[in-house]
Amino acid sequence: MKQRSIDSTLFKWPAAAPALLASSCSQCGAVAFPTATSCKACGSLAVNEIELPRSGTLWAWTVQRFMPKTPYHSSETAETFKPYGIGYVELPGALRIEARLTENDPQKLEVGLPMTLTFYVHRVDADGTEVMNYAFEPVRGDMQ
Amino acid sequence: MRVAIVGVGIHPFGRTPGRSGIEQGAYAARLALEDAGVAWKDIQFGYGGSYAAGNADAVGNELGLTGIPFTHVLNACATGGSSLISACREIQSGASELGLVVGFDKHDRGAFNAHPSEYGLGDWYGEIGMMLTTQFFAAKLQRYMHDYGITSDALARVANKAYRNGALNPNAWRRTPIDLEEIKSSTMVNDPLTKYMFCSPSEGAAALVICREDIAHRFTKKPVYVRAAVMRTKKFGAFEVYGTSVSLDGVPNASMQASKAAYEMAAVGPEDIDFAQLQDTESGAEIMHMAENGFCAHGEQERMLRDGETDLNGRLPINTDGGCLANGEPIGASGLRQIYETVLQLRGAAGERQVPGSPTLGYTHVYGAPGISAVTILER
Repeated sequence: MKQRSIDSTLFKWPAAAPALLASSCSQCGAVAFPTATSCKACGSLAVNEIELPRSGTLWAWTVQRFMPKTPYHSSETAETFKPYGIGYVELPGALRIEARLTENDPQKLEVGLPMTLTFYVHRVDADGTEVMNYAFEPVRGDMQ
Repeated sequence: MRVAIVGVGIHPFGRTPGRSGIEQGAYAARLALEDAGVAWKDIQFGYGGSYAAGNADAVGNELGLTGIPFTHVLNACATGGSSLISACREIQSGASELGLVVGFDKHDRGAFNAHPSEYGLGDWYGEIGMMLTTQFFAAKLQRYMHDYGITSDALARVANKAYRNGALNPNAWRRTPIDLEEIKSSTMVNDPLTKYMFCSPSEGAAALVICREDIAHRFTKKPVYVRAAVMRTKKFGAFEVYGTSVSLDGVPNASMQASKAAYEMAAVGPEDIDFAQLQDTESGAEIMHMAENGFCAHGEQERMLRDGETDLNGRLPINTDGGCLANGEPIGASGLRQIYETVLQLRGAAGERQVPGSPTLGYTHVYGAPGISAVTILER
């Protein structure tokens, strides 16, 4: 099965040990997700690609209950759409990043919940290519 | 030199089938001109904008093509604020003495569907379902409620107040009061926010005639003066709408920056403000913006709302015309609607929803994508 990253500024796919990527500025030290060609803090072009930690804690969250209009692009239809969790996950020592969550039950989401990085098939393109996206899932065993 | 607002006009907000956004803008402009007793041919310049309903200078097709410089402003939720700031500079520079500011819009039903590329984001951001301002507001609120003990009761009280005030405003869209239980139990959209806690994209227009302070009395007995008008964009690392990452440093957001700058410009503090119009895209936004604009400590809102302190007859009335919740949000018109309402209140001409006690200082605040805010402080 052919697979690709939805956007290579987020993560490389396939990869032996996939991780989220960020730009780290060699001038001012700012770190921003995803990678870019310049620093969002100071504008310097001297940025390096770094890998972000794979686990952190849930900092803020909500659940997207209705199917978004275009530019949302998944393989879902109005009938098959499932609400999805959205949140900001705090990666210790790095930053908080916006991400889809694998959990969509508000009863199972709370600030401070330990989370870990995962990847899922967001859609299948017309040529059969599976388009991979990143998400965070609650660390197993933590929830009742 | 201060700039004076000497005429105001509004086109009712909501849905007006068969009337374009530009026509609604011209309608509001005619009322503002009439209010100031000014002929369109005497207006020396214009600033204005819409997000989705055309170029502001096209109101000339309705009012008459007089050849004046008319600049279209496209600055999302800050379109009205940015138009007013530019118009004030035009007057303060000495280039002109009498001008028009107009904002209008006409949006389709349902959530906005902005494209990531308009904000410098990759297509992926929209494709995976993050290009929704509602998610940001809900997630920010979820964190805020966790940190400061705000409850869903307070969220419902904000919406309940908005619809009560809207019922007293003949130009509002939502004019039927909704009780607390119905607000809380309506369909959940983005947890913890239900349907009645969100505003919707709508239609409408508002316009101002402004002039040099020293000639204001030619046009009105009750000029309202612009003590401050500022706009700010997001700083790196702040927690803002359409932000892919947030720094751990707690950087002040655009609203906090704009608010601080406005108080400095006006040389007043939040304790001097008699009433305020705050961005209430959803009911939690009003609550968070109360603190971000300096009107209370974080968490104090729960008690203030329970005690009715932000009601029309309270200590600090907020969103006296029903805000975005009761008026909807035609982006280009929304900030000028707040200013229109503030001028009416300062003139003592707000009818059934008039704030008591002859208020002298009013405050307006908008916030929107992708992390921009405009604040004005107006004085009679």
